[in-house]
Amino acid sequence: MTPSHHGTPQAEYPAHFEPPHGPTWRLLFGPGLVRGGWMAGAGFVFGMLLVLALRWWWSWDPYWNTEVILAVAGMVTAPIGFLAGIGSFDYWLHYISGRPTRPEDHSGHGARSWKDYFRVNTDHKVIGIQYLVTTFVFFTIGGLMAMFFRAELAQPGLQFVDSQTFNGLVSVHATLMIFLFVIPAFAGLANFAVPLMLGAPDMAFPRLNALSFWLLPIAGIMFVASFLAPGGAFGAGWTGYAPLAEGQPLGQTFFNMGVQWAGASSIMTALNFLVTIITMRAPGMTFWRMPLLVWANFTTSLLVVIATPFIAGSQFFVMFDRIMHTSFFTPEGGGYVLGYQHIFWFYSHPAVYIMMLPGFGIVSEVISSMSRKPIFGYRLMALSLMGILVLGFSVWAHHMFVAGMADWLRVPMMITTLLIAIPTGIKVFSWVATLWRGRIHLTTPMLFALGFVTMFVIGGLSGIYLGSVPIDIAASDTYFIVAHIHYVLFGGSVFTIFAGIYYWFPKMTGRMYSERLGKWHFWLTFVSFNATFFPMHYVGLRGMPRRVFDYDSAFGDLNFAISIASFVLGASFIVFVYNMITSWVRGPIAEANPWRARTLEWQVSSPPPIFNFDEIPQVVGGPYEYGVPGARHAIMSPSKEAQEVHA
Amino acid sequence: MRKGIVQLVAIGVVIGVLVTLVAVLFQWLPTSASEEFDRIQDIYWFATWISIVIFAVVGAVVVYSVWKWRVPLDDDMDGPPIHGHTGLEIAWTAVPAILVIAIGIVSAVVMSQNGRAGNRPLEVNAIGQQFTWKFVYSDYDDLTSGELVLPVGREARFTMTAVDVIHSFWVPNFGQKQDAVPGIETTILVTPNRTGEFEVVCTELCGLGHATMRAKARVVSQAEFDRWVQEKRA
Repeated sequence: MTPSHHGTPQAEYPAHFEPPHGPTWRLLFGPGLVRGGWMAGAGFVFGMLLVLALRWWWSWDPYWNTEVILAVAGMVTAPIGFLAGIGSFDYWLHYISGRPTRPEDHSGHGARSWKDYFRVNTDHKVIGIQYLVTTFVFFTIGGLMAMFFRAELAQPGLQFVDSQTFNGLVSVHATLMIFLFVIPAFAGLANFAVPLMLGAPDMAFPRLNALSFWLLPIAGIMFVASFLAPGGAFGAGWTGYAPLAEGQPLGQTFFNMGVQWAGASSIMTALNFLVTIITMRAPGMTFWRMPLLVWANFTTSLLVVIATPFIAGSQFFVMFDRIMHTSFFTPEGGGYVLGYQHIFWFYSHPAVYIMMLPGFGIVSEVISSMSRKPIFGYRLMALSLMGILVLGFSVWAHHMFVAGMADWLRVPMMITTLLIAIPTGIKVFSWVATLWRGRIHLTTPMLFALGFVTMFVIGGLSGIYLGSVPIDIAASDTYFIVAHIHYVLFGGSVFTIFAGIYYWFPKMTGRMYSERLGKWHFWLTFVSFNATFFPMHYVGLRGMPRRVFDYDSAFGDLNFAISIASFVLGASFIVFVYNMITSWVRGPIAEANPWRARTLEWQVSSPPPIFNFDEIPQVVGGPYEYGVPGARHAIMSPSKEAQEVHA
Repeated sequence: MRKGIVQLVAIGVVIGVLVTLVAVLFQWLPTSASEEFDRIQDIYWFATWISIVIFAVVGAVVVYSVWKWRVPLDDDMDGPPIHGHTGLEIAWTAVPAILVIAIGIVSAVVMSQNGRAGNRPLEVNAIGQQFTWKFVYSDYDDLTSGELVLPVGREARFTMTAVDVIHSFWVPNFGQKQDAVPGIETTILVTPNRTGEFEVVCTELCGLGHATMRAKARVVSQAEFDRWVQEKRA
């Protein structure tokens, strides 16, 4: 990566706060990864001693309990030590203890070299890129796991792994894709784009923003590290149903705790977005002038803030059952097994929209600017997001039609589930109507947006089948479900993430990606995606359950074909990575506004100046007024860099 | 413009026909062996026809627009500033609403038919345990079997529970599925209407042997069923 040139050169900044010690002292005791490392170790030792002391104090036998020590020392105190070490809490701790805080010289802002991406950085643009690179690392790991178990599934019977490893691969794959890829990748894109779109200099709480990023790698490492635990990785699925999860080996605790860190990260980011969107809009930026990406992240953040505590609770209860011998979900102790599923899905269904609404926002931006037309039915588009938000909380039990819950609950849940098709349909039809008579630029982000619209229709329609209780009874827990969720989360969410990355790549890096490689990436992905997941509808309906390493030999040929297609799908990702890296290093310099888009982020240089706007924009109209003579979204003089680029 | 509409409709018809071929040329559903699954298949086809139409409409507009209005990347004009169309927006709110409500009503009707037990069904207790099924026929002095045998044409009511973790009872050809949950009892009805050999498949991840948790299911004539009961008791 080139030394990136975010913002104005260093010389214009006041000199750094000078610590009174030498370079070695600073390396060891100054905020950074080195201090993070040893403080994580210290945190672990502290937690371990705490557990041992308490167990000794109450004379519990044995003093040494690996699971408790891992849960407390490995998954609570060590991560806190790490966070303190890299400097997430420095400002607050200095402030609380009355020591001089670092002067607000914004030295934590911007990135002048690649090293600045490995620090606690409070610039939303840097954090956005930190999020995206981290999530793509975990996307790669999760994808490789899928390659592994598709190899295993190419033939019936066990070939390569044992069944605990298989269950672990399936579970960790889903967990990484959900908690470490789709949700935070959207958070990363929004982190970069939302403050710019609002005309704000940064997020409302930059230090909280930095902290919420650094919680993510902790969660991700926990999920992946569960493979090292005795007994193997957690293998009860990403859904971790009790009581199966309660009888799992040690790895399950990694899931219980990893979800807490990922969830805390989500909640903090969502609060930050809400406050930013409510309080930091530029003058004239009314709610009805906000771009749809901002609307989408507003509704998503509401979902996150309300729903995420439920999954946190469900995982704490399971962990308490596991290591503290409570009985929330064990029938022998009076626990209620289905209670787990109700709590879990009360988060995890809204989570489906958490993983979809930001994508709706991205696609609205891309389709409007690439069709050179105002988004069709802007207000209804925003209202339908709110409709999905409200309805999204009333459908959780449609995951439980065969679970044995109260029979009467099925019909109301079916009705609300089917009703969600209405706001979702409004969005699809409005995107399609935006294309109508447009001047369509078939760039890579547009290809992914159109790929999304068509694939998401398939995922939405298979969702209608599953919303109907009798069909769901037949199709539930089969490969039909696997097909459905991949049409929604891959054909849906992942396609929109790709669209968003390509769309904002010039803004983030100041360089242009290769359009030719982008198109290769799209077509390879689009074809192999369908070849992989469409046949899964068939094997599922015909009788193949999900999460099995062995299956009826009648499905052998089809599974072999699916596995081959999935390898092509995996390989198509290499094209993307190659394009991203080479373009970031030596792509052609991008203009400030290569798409001639109207939203505010395109009115500043690429990459934007350190505080985004050298002059506060005055918003005077809607964000998508393409083709309207004389219409403007905002009045502002272009920043210095933007003038230079145009000169 | 008229020519455009004709072209658009033609593309829609082509997509619709292609998707219909995919829907009818492959046998997507297993052969039904129960009255319940017959009814489920009716809704399946109802939803399928609706889906084909919706996919064809969306697909046609996307393909037509890209084909008709694609411009070179260096084009710098804007499209017409169409902000919306209230009539259209009402239409695409109302029509899907009607369609999903129709699917909902049909589903609710089938649900109630599939859930209504007739006169004196054959009572079977199904018990899931890692990684086997046990079937107890309470009408026949708690006759216990690892193989599920049902007489054709007689409604069977499964009352199920699980010993350790959640399992799920599914015979693909019966179309009915129900979780067996530790601590509670769940029920489901199956009225087999075709003799033959089928398979009971566990569909809820239940541990290391989940993939192998299968049992045989046989639907036989009443006479054969009685004979089987005799043999089992002997």
